[in-house]
Formats: sequence, structure tokens, C-alpha cells
Amino acid sequence: MVEPVVAAIAVMGALGFIFGIGLSFASKAFHVETDPRVDQVRELLAGANCGACGLAGCDAFSEAVVAGSTAANGCTPGGTDVAEKIGEIMGAEVEVTEPQIAVNRCRGAESVCGLHCVYEGIECCSAAALVGTGPKKCSYGCIALGDCVEACKFDALTFGEGGIPHVITENCVGCGACIKACPKGLFELVPKNALVHVLCSSHDPGKVVGKLCKVGCIACRICERACPVDAIHVVDELAVIDYEKCTECGACAEKCPKKCIEDRRPADEIEASSKERAEKAAKEKAAKLAEVKKKMAEKKAAKE
Amino acid sequence: MIRDLFILFFGAAVVNNFVLYRFLGICPFLGVSKKTESAAGMGAAVTFVMTLANLATWLVYNYVLEPNGLLFLQIVSYILIIATLVQLIEMYMKKYQQVLFKAFGIYLPLITTNCAILGLTLINTIDGNDLISTVVFALGGGAGFTLALLIMSGIRERLELADLPKPLEGAPIALITAGILAMAFGGFGGML
Repeated sequence: MVEPVVAAIAVMGALGFIFGIGLSFASKAFHVETDPRVDQVRELLAGANCGACGLAGCDAFSEAVVAGSTAANGCTPGGTDVAEKIGEIMGAEVEVTEPQIAVNRCRGAESVCGLHCVYEGIECCSAAALVGTGPKKCSYGCIALGDCVEACKFDALTFGEGGIPHVITENCVGCGACIKACPKGLFELVPKNALVHVLCSSHDPGKVVGKLCKVGCIACRICERACPVDAIHVVDELAVIDYEKCTECGACAEKCPKKCIEDRRPADEIEASSKERAEKAAKEKAAKLAEVKKKMAEKKAAKE
Repeated sequence: MIRDLFILFFGAAVVNNFVLYRFLGICPFLGVSKKTESAAGMGAAVTFVMTLANLATWLVYNYVLEPNGLLFLQIVSYILIIATLVQLIEMYMKKYQQVLFKAFGIYLPLITTNCAILGLTLINTIDGNDLISTVVFALGGGAGFTLALLIMSGIRERLELADLPKPLEGAPIALITAGILAMAFGGFGGML
């Protein structure tokens, strides 16, 4: 029994050796000079081939960068660090973009939004979305079968509260894979340092939303009035935050009657700012009251 | 003799066409048949690999495997040979045929696992062809593969302009076309 084993090893070894030598000669003969910068750039990239740059993958991106057809800061997952290092290799200043993360603009779990039918088909959102408007009562609502969780290559999406996919800020690199995967278009890229977000995507009139979902934006404009810097506006029956103006004070989140605005700051910070606002409001009220009293006293004095 | 070789060639190319009759090598058949030029290039590359691989496997089989009673190494050694040849072609194309290299993309390294080539070498071994028949058989197989690709790409280029129902666009109509083509080639059955 030993002999065929030895023979097999010898034969395959010999064949492999001969072919290997042949190939190594061929690789010398057919050697193509490539720009060493391509490999250097390639090594810096995350290597997930996520396609956020709009090219076929990390290899294509590094070639395009060296060829000059793509901006050096095109790699979203790599972020500022990678963009700067690529800039060093290319010997050019790189415009640094603000890091972004994705946010799921729906928090309508089954307990608050409910189903209008029981879906028993292929277990994925894109299929479920084809049946009517999906199983959720709200036609804009998250189907929560996890197409986005599947699409995420950076472990940045998990099923959170009530089974609704939730973006983990630390892991998210803003590649936008979830945006493409979600048939309801619920995801949006937002600045990573922004902490207050409207978590509703429904453009239905407030009356309809009120009936369908307990945490949906009913376009009541209370947030508009609460905002001290004019950064939140109801556009097409939905509150939208202007992240350039927003100062993360959380006033809108506090006042929102449906609690569809999320304040991601730590709890004590939220409480502190809420207290501060309450004190300020009380002071203003007291001042106004004092003024009115003063005016009345003046009037009284004038009469007398 | 010549007549036998011609029958062997014709049989491999048309009657027992590797793609449309034996259903081997479907991957590049659907993948690289969008443009006639790249289809012709792919056909040439596969024909080249087929011929060399068939020749090399014939030599290895007759002079190494059979005398030593190592027939169980057939598939392993054949794959090794095919992989080496494909590597060789890839290097050559990268150096001298940049445009074609880009057009092939992933389908070039995939020739390695193209079942048409392994299938051809295995059928050749089973048939017990001699050296000349081996080469002719491989050339016939390659010609048949190229023929199938060219016909398919010609049809698909015209289909691009056709007004198709939306659900049929792209892959569905390509598969339907392939099916009808295969039925047409089935008409050659029994000729030999």
C-alpha cells in the first residue's frame, strides 16, 4: 500500500515542480511594470470591496486613484486616516471630508406600528416590500427582515429595540451599502458627530400617521417652535433636521409628542440641558410677569 | 485517415457541441457573450487552452499515469495542468493583449474551472485517442465552443436593440435564447 502513495506524491510533486519552474520563467518573460503606488494604496484600504467609492472594488479604486481619475478621499470606510495616507503617497493635499454614518429613519417596531397582514414569503425585505407595501401598517415602515444587516460588511447593523435594525455608531463607516439594500429607502448618511435625529420617514399626513404608528412624525411643528436655532422644519409632512444649523441641544427631542426624534447624548447630559432650558424658561416667564406687574402698577399710579 | 479526423473534428465542434449539446462551459457562454469581439477572443483563448491542455494531459496520462498505475490521479493532475496553462495565458495577455485582458475580467481566470476543458480532456482519455486525434479533437471542441459563443453573441447584440417585455430583459432572455439554440443543435443528433 505504501508504494502507490509514494508514487503519487512523487508524480504530483514532480509535475508541480516542473510547472512551477515554467511559470516562474514565464512571469519573468511576461513581466509588466506596474506603478508601485497602486500596491501601496491598495494596502491602506479596508479590503472589504464594499463599493462605496463607486468602483468595482478596492483594486479598481487604487488603480483609479493612482491614475488620477478618482479623488484620493473616495474611500468612505477608510475615512480621514486613509485619505491622508493616500495623499502622502500621491504627494498631494487631500481634502478631508467629515466622517458620516448611516441612520435608520424608522423606529416603528411591531409593538408600536403593527402589521396589516402576515407575510409568509421569502425572508427578506426586498421580497416582502413587493407584496402591497410590505407587512407593516405604515407604508414607509421598516420591514425588519434584515436586508440591511445582511448587506453590512462592517458588523455595524444589528437588530435592536423591537427587532428594528439599528446602526452601531462605532462600527459604521458610512459606505452606504444599507442605503442600497433597503427597499424602503429608510437609511440616510448623517454626520458622525450629529446626535439628534428624526427617526421617521413617513410622508403621510399627520392624521394618518397618528392612526398607524405610535412613534411616527405627525407634522405637528412643535419641534419647529422648540428649536432655538431654526434648524428643524416640517417638509412634506415630515420633520427634517438641518445638520449644519443643529447645535445638538435636544429641545426638539424633548418636546416631540410622539418621541420620534432621538437624542443620542448620554442621559445625564440630556437631563442637564433639559433642566437648563426649564430654568431659562421659568426665568423668562418670571421676568415677563414682573414686567406686566410693573406696567400695571404704573397704569394704576397714572390713574391715581 | 483524413476522413476519420474530419469526422472527429466535426463531431466535437457541431454534433456533440460542448456548450449546446453536452452543456459544459456554460459560465463563459453566458458571461462573455455580450459582444462579438470579446466572444471571439474568449473562444480563441479557450481553444488554445483546450489544445495545449489536451496535449499535455495526453502525454501525462500515457507516459506518467498509466505506466505507474496512478489513474486515480487523473483529475488532480489534469486540473494542475489546466491551471498552469491558464496562468500562462493570463500573463501573456496582461503583457500583450491589454484590451482583451480588460474585456475578459474575471472570466479569464475562470477558464481554470471551465468544465468544458476538463470535460474535453477526460472524454479524450476515455475515448483513448492517439496523439493526432487528441489535437484534432481539442481543436474541434474549441471551434465548437467559439461557434456557440459567436452565435450567442450575435443574437444578443441584436436583442439589445429589440423591444422586450421588461421582465425578460437581460439574463432571462439570454437563457431562453440559449435553450432554443441548444434545441437547434439537438437537430444534428444522430448525424454521425
